[in-house]
Amino acid sequence: MGLTSIDWIIMAVYFVFVVGIGAALKRYMKTSTDFFLAGRSIPAWVAGLAFISANLGAQEVIGMGASGAKYGLATSHFYWIGAIPAMVFVGVFMMPFYYGSRARSVPEYLRLRFDEKTRGLNAISFATMTIFSSGISMYAMAKLIQTLHILDGPFRHFGIPQSWIFHTGIIVSGIVVLVYIYMGGLSSAIYNEVVQFFLIVAGFLPLVWLGLKNVGGWSGLKATLGPSYMHSWAGMSNPHTNRLGVEWFGLTMGLGFVLSFGYWCTDFLVVQRAMAADSMSAARRTPLIAAVPKMLFPFLVILPGLIAIALPTQTVAPISTGDGTAIVAPAGQGLIPAKVNATTGQPVLDRSGHPQLDYDLAVPNLLLHYFPTGLLGLGLTALLASFMSGMAGNVTAFNTVWTHDIYEPYIRPGASDAHYLMMGRVSTVFGIVLSVAGAYLATRFNNIMDLLQLVFAFVNAPLFATFLLGMFWKRTTGHAAFTGLLSGTLAAAVHHGLTIPEEAIPGIKGGWISVVHSYPSEMAQNFWTAIFAWSTCFAITILVSLITTAPEESKLVGLVYSLTERPSEGHLSWYKRPIYLGAFILGATALLNFIFR
Amino acid sequence: MGLDIRLPIGMLFTIIGVLLILFGAFSNPLIYAQSLGINVNLTWGVALLVFGIVMLYFGARAMFWPRPGDAGGSPSGKSRH
Repeated sequence: MGLTSIDWIIMAVYFVFVVGIGAALKRYMKTSTDFFLAGRSIPAWVAGLAFISANLGAQEVIGMGASGAKYGLATSHFYWIGAIPAMVFVGVFMMPFYYGSRARSVPEYLRLRFDEKTRGLNAISFATMTIFSSGISMYAMAKLIQTLHILDGPFRHFGIPQSWIFHTGIIVSGIVVLVYIYMGGLSSAIYNEVVQFFLIVAGFLPLVWLGLKNVGGWSGLKATLGPSYMHSWAGMSNPHTNRLGVEWFGLTMGLGFVLSFGYWCTDFLVVQRAMAADSMSAARRTPLIAAVPKMLFPFLVILPGLIAIALPTQTVAPISTGDGTAIVAPAGQGLIPAKVNATTGQPVLDRSGHPQLDYDLAVPNLLLHYFPTGLLGLGLTALLASFMSGMAGNVTAFNTVWTHDIYEPYIRPGASDAHYLMMGRVSTVFGIVLSVAGAYLATRFNNIMDLLQLVFAFVNAPLFATFLLGMFWKRTTGHAAFTGLLSGTLAAAVHHGLTIPEEAIPGIKGGWISVVHSYPSEMAQNFWTAIFAWSTCFAITILVSLITTAPEESKLVGLVYSLTERPSEGHLSWYKRPIYLGAFILGATALLNFIFR
Repeated sequence: MGLDIRLPIGMLFTIIGVLLILFGAFSNPLIYAQSLGINVNLTWGVALLVFGIVMLYFGARAMFWPRPGDAGGSPSGKSRH
């Protein structure tokens, strides 16, 4: 089974469009607002699709399929508990302050609301995190190109050593993202994210269709996999009776409240898309519009994982390597192969002697299994698109935070707008260069999802406590916000250093100070790290606020709930009002939770 | 921005749809054994082509024949502050 001309043509058409959109938008980039905020001219539905697409990177498409195969339908918690409520909250309650304050970034909002040091802390940690995430996307993409032998044929044909495939994947993806963002800034990223959204749907829908048809529909899937895979809430009362290894409290508080709200409500990567919307009401509708497809994504990205594990165990013929030999991975379960030790060539075993499965291959193997040449080109294009949208989202967030929140205040204040526009382009270049460095660092970890959760827990989890208090309690002071954030991150680190998941060795997985508690799973540990970080930040911020001088109320107008006029929405038709839309989305999500309980 | 996003999306999906339909019509039926005997290139190509044309229609309508009534949904609008 090999790639033929039609697959390469489809991929080439996509790359022409990606770069073409950047070129078409180049002439509109006249001011820094055009470049960093798309001129605040994006209609709600476009901003909404970009809002989820920016997050639809490697960790989602590959990671959620992997989690679907590993944990079953319970993975839907990452959507129905871990995303939708927070998306509704940011649209209904927080967007009036983000958009209304005219802040150009989330760190800038922190400067307006609190002080310079809180902004600096957030800007630097956020910039570091975006580089890291972008690097992970890049790494995952190059690794996948290598694992699926996509480029083996052409490389052999042109006599280039196979060991260059990984490096080529990293460099080419970096250059493509660089070119279209350099030319068209955030508009280019947003437009491409919308294209990527539709491509991912177009590439994955036929996969779900063929897969479900093959396993005998929903009932066939249920019959093959059994109840432990097919429920999202069953067994959640005890971490040992469900596949995730968490209990309902850790799940709803850790994932549903702290991590989810910390990400969707404060992460500039997504908030930036809403800030680029063309009006306050469009900005508020952005996350709500995004929530509708987000709610249905489990069927598109988790279901392929379930199908992959439900099929009879078999090896998937990889894309032929060009010299007639096919590299066959050892059989695992369903379409998912066992992990292979790179040096010995033997399957990796867990503590009880079973082979460990390489879940990240669930979705790619399913593509290879069902898609003939032609559609395979579209499927691979969809995968590449998802990696690039994840990367581009991070790069646009990085160049904005770097230019507005690090370069402008601390390195070169008071320069002309044209100078900052130029810096936006320059920082796009070094942002990508740093991501490449990040990609090579990421080679040390094998589960992207767990790693990202860990980073979010340390940096993002305390952040939502700061925003919640900052937006809804006018007494919160700058010193308090700063101390709270630092102690929250410290609490996360200490908690991680003192606890460990069962079956792990002290080190990167935790327990590096001393092991005082062990969790049933790594996920449970991550959720609880987040809960500790958030609670510490919340408590310390309140305490320090009470002993420091209250901020002047006149300076907080437009930044704090009690001192800001509610945006008037009387002129909007009911279906455009955030509060009705939000209520509808929450109702539908509750219904999904109930149906698939 | 002056470019309606539905135009490039429409163009991209129309091109991919046509490519898949043409390839599906002339390809060896044996390759569809893996897709459960369904000529997915042809069927999915038709679906993508329809989607592409619908996007092109709405994109072109908003960009070239803007109607005063649909300001709310039209992405062709200039920035409204």
